[in-house]
Amino acid sequence: MTPGRVRPGHATPPGEPGLPRLLPPAADLAADDTGLPPGLDLAAHLRRRGLPRFRGSALIEQAAAAGLTGRGGAAFSVARKLTAVAAGGRGIVVVANAAEGEPASSKDAALLWYAPHLVLDGLQAAAEAVGARTAYLGLHARREPRGLDLAAHLTAALASRAAAGTDRVAVELVETPPRFLAGEESALVAFINGGPARPADKARRVFERGIGGRPTLVQNVETLAHLALIARYGGEWFRTVGTADEPGSMLCTIRDPDGRVRIVEAALGTPLHRLLPLGDDVQAVLAGGYHGGWLHVADARRLTLSNADLRPAGAIVGAGVLAALPAAHCGLAETARVARSLALESAGQCGPCFNGLPAIASALAAVAQPRPAGRELADLHRWAGLVTGRGACHHPDGTVRFVASALEVFAAETALHARGGCSAIRRDQFLPLPAAPVTESDWR
Amino acid sequence: MPHEITRLRVDRIACTGHGVCAELLPELVTLDEWGYPLVAENGVIPARLARAARRAVTGCPALALSLASGPATLRGSSEGAQIPSRAGSTRLRT
Repeated sequence: MTPGRVRPGHATPPGEPGLPRLLPPAADLAADDTGLPPGLDLAAHLRRRGLPRFRGSALIEQAAAAGLTGRGGAAFSVARKLTAVAAGGRGIVVVANAAEGEPASSKDAALLWYAPHLVLDGLQAAAEAVGARTAYLGLHARREPRGLDLAAHLTAALASRAAAGTDRVAVELVETPPRFLAGEESALVAFINGGPARPADKARRVFERGIGGRPTLVQNVETLAHLALIARYGGEWFRTVGTADEPGSMLCTIRDPDGRVRIVEAALGTPLHRLLPLGDDVQAVLAGGYHGGWLHVADARRLTLSNADLRPAGAIVGAGVLAALPAAHCGLAETARVARSLALESAGQCGPCFNGLPAIASALAAVAQPRPAGRELADLHRWAGLVTGRGACHHPDGTVRFVASALEVFAAETALHARGGCSAIRRDQFLPLPAAPVTESDWR
Repeated sequence: MPHEITRLRVDRIACTGHGVCAELLPELVTLDEWGYPLVAENGVIPARLARAARRAVTGCPALALSLASGPATLRGSSEGAQIPSRAGSTRLRT
């Protein structure tokens, strides 16, 4: 692909990137860490991408025209967030969020490895647009021995930018605790403020009072990478893929039925069956990760990668986690083990969450056993109603969505278990669980 | 001008489940099986309960209750301040 020389008036002039936009054209990346290509250095990045055309308030206008939404999972309007933070006054802080605590997601790590300068461009562009003088990049501290050394990779990238004088705002790298909730906006802000990485009450939002009490913009790193491209090619270009309501593309972490993990950039609205194999050996698809939901494979075959399709079906796009569960595994046992880890990942702050999630997890563990059930199913439905909407963050709501979707999609299996049976022929865990056991010190 | 309403807001992190709110404001607050408050009517306080609601706020040992006034159109405001939104119900996260 040649460097993008922008020709105004065209939606997609030659030279502007088609899909994939963020990652190399070499189709699917193996997310099996060490298999990733090294990525572009600063000179190659600038040769390929050119310089931004839209800056400051013009960039906010282009982000609004693009309809760009946050790619960390909540899909909130980026232009609205930028506008709100920019109106906040002095001392504004910007945070790039790569605290990718979801065990089934590795798209942020892959993006930072392959295209660090695109993310860092986006961080500078966002800082300029909201008038920030301080910037952080929060990075999930991976514990796997084979994990990429992203901190060293980014330190080198930042050093080369400092040497070239490309950045107006210095960026401080912060390694966040390897916890599921550490990337929740207020938890990340709390950690950078020197406290435990736990979500905060939402009476005061971080866009009003975040780091050091200053108005704070927190954006997922993939969101910033899209923003860096919008700064070059404009909002109209961004909309040339995706749907009218959910424009653009997103990175997905895809777990195939054979257990292989791939990072794929897909346009919103792409049929799921084009993203992952949905043959007869697959029984269900998890969409949106562990705060998302299960889909019957028959439903998944006719749905697309969009909240318009997935929300009515009980799932979400979220941060782009898609997993095809093989028929050989027990969906209830898979869900029960993840639910247990989600209960352990509660920050332990809100009563309905720290009481309800362990109760839900243990009842689900009982349902996952092939034996006649007691009152666990009735308990599960009652507790699901009790914890939803009653936490400072979305952890109870997301966990309930995940568990409730399992009870619906694996209803036939539940009935089989109640008669003492189980259709699974494999007992090993398919969905990934957090790498390390949880201790109190892990919040810091 | 949209109609102003007052809501009872629970800081779920501060709340330790004393249950005083359910005693002082039983018309609006009941307790779940773990002793934590369930607030009816999305926390909207009718005028006749305004005084009892204020008593509940001052009586909470954990200082977890507050009253939030706002336009009646802002749904879900018991969850706290939001970016002004045409949709009015979208929650903010990255």
